[in-house]
Amino acid sequence: MLTREYDIVIIGSGAGGGTVAQELAPMVAQGVRILVLEQGARLEEHEYTGRELDMSAALYEDGGGFLTADGTMTLAFGRAYGGSTVVYTGTTLIAPDRVIREWCVPGLDHADIERRSRKFMAQNDVHFLPRVLLNDNNKLFVTGCARLGARAEQFPLNLRGCKGSSLCNLGCPNAAKMGTHRVQLPNAERQGVEVVTRAEALRVEERLVVARVHAARPGEKGGDSTWPPGDYHISARMVIACGGSIGTSALLLRSDATKSIRRLGERFTCHPAHILVAEHEREITNDVGHPKSYYLDRAEHEGYVLETCMYFPFITAKNLTGFGADHSTLMRAFPRLQMILVLACDKAVPGNRITVDATGKAVVHYRFTPAVIRSLVSATRMSARIFFAAGARCVHAPSADPPLIERERAYRLDDLIVEEHFLPGRISISAAHLMGGCAMGPEGSGVTDSRGRVYGVPWLRVADSSLFPDSVEVNPYQTVMALADRVAEGIRDDWTK
Amino acid sequence: MSESVLAPVQATFRAVAETVVPEAASLRPEAWRELEAVVESALASRPETMRRQFVLFLRLIEYLPLVRHFRRFSHLSADRRTTVLHGLESSRHLLMRRGFWGVRTLVFMGYYTRDDVQGALGYRAHPNGWSARRTTGEMRAAAAEPFGEELRDA
Ligand SMILES: Cc1cc2nc3c(=O)[nH]c(=O)nc-3n(C[C@H](O)[C@H](O)[C@H](O)COP(=O)(O)OP(=O)(O)OC[C@H]3O[C@@H](n4cnc5c(N)ncnc54)[C@H](O)[C@@H]3O)c2cc1C
Ligand code: SF4
Repeated sequence: MLTREYDIVIIGSGAGGGTVAQELAPMVAQGVRILVLEQGARLEEHEYTGRELDMSAALYEDGGGFLTADGTMTLAFGRAYGGSTVVYTGTTLIAPDRVIREWCVPGLDHADIERRSRKFMAQNDVHFLPRVLLNDNNKLFVTGCARLGARAEQFPLNLRGCKGSSLCNLGCPNAAKMGTHRVQLPNAERQGVEVVTRAEALRVEERLVVARVHAARPGEKGGDSTWPPGDYHISARMVIACGGSIGTSALLLRSDATKSIRRLGERFTCHPAHILVAEHEREITNDVGHPKSYYLDRAEHEGYVLETCMYFPFITAKNLTGFGADHSTLMRAFPRLQMILVLACDKAVPGNRITVDATGKAVVHYRFTPAVIRSLVSATRMSARIFFAAGARCVHAPSADPPLIERERAYRLDDLIVEEHFLPGRISISAAHLMGGCAMGPEGSGVTDSRGRVYGVPWLRVADSSLFPDSVEVNPYQTVMALADRVAEGIRDDWTK
Repeated sequence: MSESVLAPVQATFRAVAETVVPEAASLRPEAWRELEAVVESALASRPETMRRQFVLFLRLIEYLPLVRHFRRFSHLSADRRTTVLHGLESSRHLLMRRGFWGVRTLVFMGYYTRDDVQGALGYRAHPNGWSARRTTGEMRAAAAEPFGEELRDA
């Protein structure tokens, strides 16, 4: 066993870990030794090829195919230098005031989240895309909404030099997306924070991280780790868990020192989502241009959000219900396809939680509540209306049987798209907004306080999406950064005491 | 070299694949090998229990039709195969639906990640994005095109 000694060890380098690393980096000048451990690899620029199979294998946990315990939902999360920010789409929203109030976390208020979010929005060049860069897929969404009297809103995006390759979720080949791998981690490294990739934290002990550095496999993307492969005992005065909702929860659940923390793994939410597809008569620009520029927010009253989206052939094929000739016909219409992502704003409920199996691997238990099913079904109906209003000739609705609805039957949407056809295991459901597991809250009901201090474990902090006590009902990364910034501030204050 | 998961159930796998994606029937032997290599590699990164379940499920698909159609799956007509798979897809039992969903997903992974297939679909995403599609003149014309604003405020 090799040994190393640091003052602060940050586990994970995504939205949370990258932010904490940057915000603590000035402490290096005062002699504080800071290390980031990231289990994923650091890719070279030329390795971002946009190829579906290679990039999914290189950048996602389980190649993007991580399934919930009963196999009915796919959870997508990144595993790389930069975490999920390498594969996110870059839509940047501030958590709504209403949600932060409902979270009821003592000491946390909306003004604080907003102020910190704005700081990172400025740092990450968040802006609206000029309309010349909008593709038909996005424009048709706006048109469809407008014809129904609904107002689609434009997403602020954190891009610098976007070429419109539409490959965001496979890692940007143009270094245009301002994830933590582009901004916060390089900032931290310039100030002396050490980042070690391919370094998996196996468990935490009191003021100690046990980690394994893996060798790169032949042909695998990403350079070797800067540390030789092997097992390490890394001592630290403070450990900050930033492995993401699932990564952090699993790490703490498999560590003897932390596994008995009350409420650990609970309050998991994820904005379960469907990809909906419609076919137009003519070709549209869909696989060129930024994929996600508009959304329709129906979270507060109807429990869903619709977003524009565009996926790659395999992901599209997987998300269409059915198989055989009808499925192939729709796939062959690819250049005429319009897509909408529908997301349900799920609520934390008992039973939806993260545990670990005998080997310490994360297991996510998730059941679709009646409210989530209702939201997804009514979001699907609304999307179908938008598609038809935008001129689509047919719509593929997973919760219809058969799923393909021709324009002539559009007047019957309420009868065709019904909860009865929402059959988990038959239809594809996925989620990329993973939240909770180490929820903030008052002592007794939360795992941490509002600064990520884990109750009863003075050497441990959490600074990632696992802190969310419930779903945030908007795209979450900006809120993760704002919370991580609070945690870092708390550490700086405590350090001098 | 690790052992092939597909080898013992290859005939069933190909019959399922051709039912799930009818175009797969016209794949050349080399393309089939590539498709299967993608599936093998996806399975290789999964736990042993999942690999065993996959093989077991394909065996179930192979022998299930004996009950109703008196033939094994790989010996059925295309229509009958479709009927069998529809039955699994909409089964009352989650285990059946999810098993079929998993097999179908692997078939799609093997087939739709192929460059020739993506090209034939008309999928043209390119790292150079707009500049791989539009000339500067077309970009200017696009900038001048009216777009939804008047509708947005309607
Ligand atoms: C495809 C996709 C698209 C998305 N699009 C958007 C979007 O447009 N807008 C938005 O707001 N949000 C988006 N999100 C969500 C957003 O990316 C996440 O909410 C956010 O990145 C979560 O931050 P995090 O720090 O909690 O975890 P992550 O960013 O996932 O980072 C966790 C990191 O920790 C590492 N790790 C885990 N366990 C260990 C361990 N034991 N040892 C070492 N390292 C470990 C992981 O490898 C990973 O790199 C998207 C997510 C995905 C997957
Ligand atoms: S659309 Fe823009 S941000 Fe997304 S991958 Fe392409 S260049 Fe990068």
